[in-house]
Amino acid sequence: MELSVNHLLGIKYITEADIQLIFETADHFKEVINRPIKKVPSLRDITIANLFFENSTRTKLSFELAEKRLSADVINFASSSSSVAKGETLIDTVNNILSMKVDMVVMRHPNPGAGIFLSKHVNASIINAGDGAHEHPTQALLDSYSIREKLGDVAGKKVVIVGDILHSRVALSNIFTLQKLGAKVKVCGPKTLIPKYIEKLNVEVETNLRKALEWCDVANMLRVQNERMDISYFPTAREYSQQFGLNKAMLDSLNKEIVVMHPGPINRGVEITSDVADSKQSIILGQVENGVAIRMAVIYLLASKIKHNED
Amino acid sequence: MFAESNSDFPMSQKVLLNATEINIALNRLACQLIEKHDDFSKTVLIGIQPRGVFLAERLKTLLETEYKIKNIQLGYLDITFFRDDFRRSGKPLEANKTKINFIVEDKNVVFIDDVLFTGRSIRSALTAVQSFGRPLEIELLTLIDRRFSRHLPIQPDYRGRQVDAINGEKVKVCWKENEGEDAVYLVKS
Repeated sequence: MELSVNHLLGIKYITEADIQLIFETADHFKEVINRPIKKVPSLRDITIANLFFENSTRTKLSFELAEKRLSADVINFASSSSSVAKGETLIDTVNNILSMKVDMVVMRHPNPGAGIFLSKHVNASIINAGDGAHEHPTQALLDSYSIREKLGDVAGKKVVIVGDILHSRVALSNIFTLQKLGAKVKVCGPKTLIPKYIEKLNVEVETNLRKALEWCDVANMLRVQNERMDISYFPTAREYSQQFGLNKAMLDSLNKEIVVMHPGPINRGVEITSDVADSKQSIILGQVENGVAIRMAVIYLLASKIKHNED
Repeated sequence: MFAESNSDFPMSQKVLLNATEINIALNRLACQLIEKHDDFSKTVLIGIQPRGVFLAERLKTLLETEYKIKNIQLGYLDITFFRDDFRRSGKPLEANKTKINFIVEDKNVVFIDDVLFTGRSIRSALTAVQSFGRPLEIELLTLIDRRFSRHLPIQPDYRGRQVDAINGEKVKVCWKENEGEDAVYLVKS
């Protein structure tokens, strides 16, 4: 088995079989990262460039750790401290880096489709680590992988994605992943933060959080992305949290135990209260551990498609 | 008797070991292990995935039932991520499960695999096992030792049968629990 693609640009472009292969490979890597020595030598002749044109803490750390656990050589680039500030174009920046014999590029960029554009112009395997409000495929993969780990399977499960759907690449990638794996998806949030086209994706909209939670098996609570909000989409954070924030009282009043997820970073007290984030039903820290295993799997599977002699 | 059991098999094959001969070899290997490792209190067996696991399970059962040795520790080691032919072989490498629920630190480790050919799998296993500690000593047990085919200076400490096979030939080990019979074939392509 191998992936049907040479790049991971978005979940939209991969198949269900690809997702299952990534999950099965991640199972092996999860065992590896729980060993006394957490490193394997598979990628010792591969060089990976992490290009982050937008801020990131955990995704960047997670990718870097995954790369190092596979023994790849890693170079890091952050746009704030680079020649991008001097006006260099994306292709020039990347081609300069590729001249240093880089095999794979992990890129986060504020513009939707930046990864796709890059994959058409440079000769390296591209992994999209988030492109604007478009996709964030590895986050969605690790979310579904965490659901599979917790509930045994993703197929047939009911998942509600709560919060800022409009600005969220995590929401879009999650919808594609969950639907490909056979889960039912609803979104819930203020009407101003639900995109108009969402029903075309076969996703139902629920504006009442309690109803959404009573329906679901899993609630994925997204972060309120203040930095992307050019206008006021809701009156105050306090009002948002009263209508769409998940607190312990609401969680305990449901007639079943649901799984609570959050892609991080958490605005504690806005979309989710501290006692919920730290409760037994929350798998937030499990998601972070699974993130490394999933990224190792993606990098390993894409690297195995780079032919040795083409170096 | 076994050579004809797969009459629709396109390649010609000949029997190297039949069920009785395998049984004799397994008993001999078990006795050799006892001679060296006594009650196995400082020894762990590690089956190399995927094919070494059947042989390792068989030896463990034999040691426990026929020779009354209790509490033999057995693990499975997958070497996929430690192989030296990543991106060099035509087909993608698929991993198997590693299951080692003990620490190999200061233990006598016995690697168990069905066929020793180039020695590259064992080299990978030597690296892979380091993730679980520093063994006192590592030995190698194989059912079939293909002579004159080594790429590396690796030899077995315990062998069931030594075989001369040329490069185009393949040694196929079948187990009752997997293929429905105990037999070793030399397959000519």
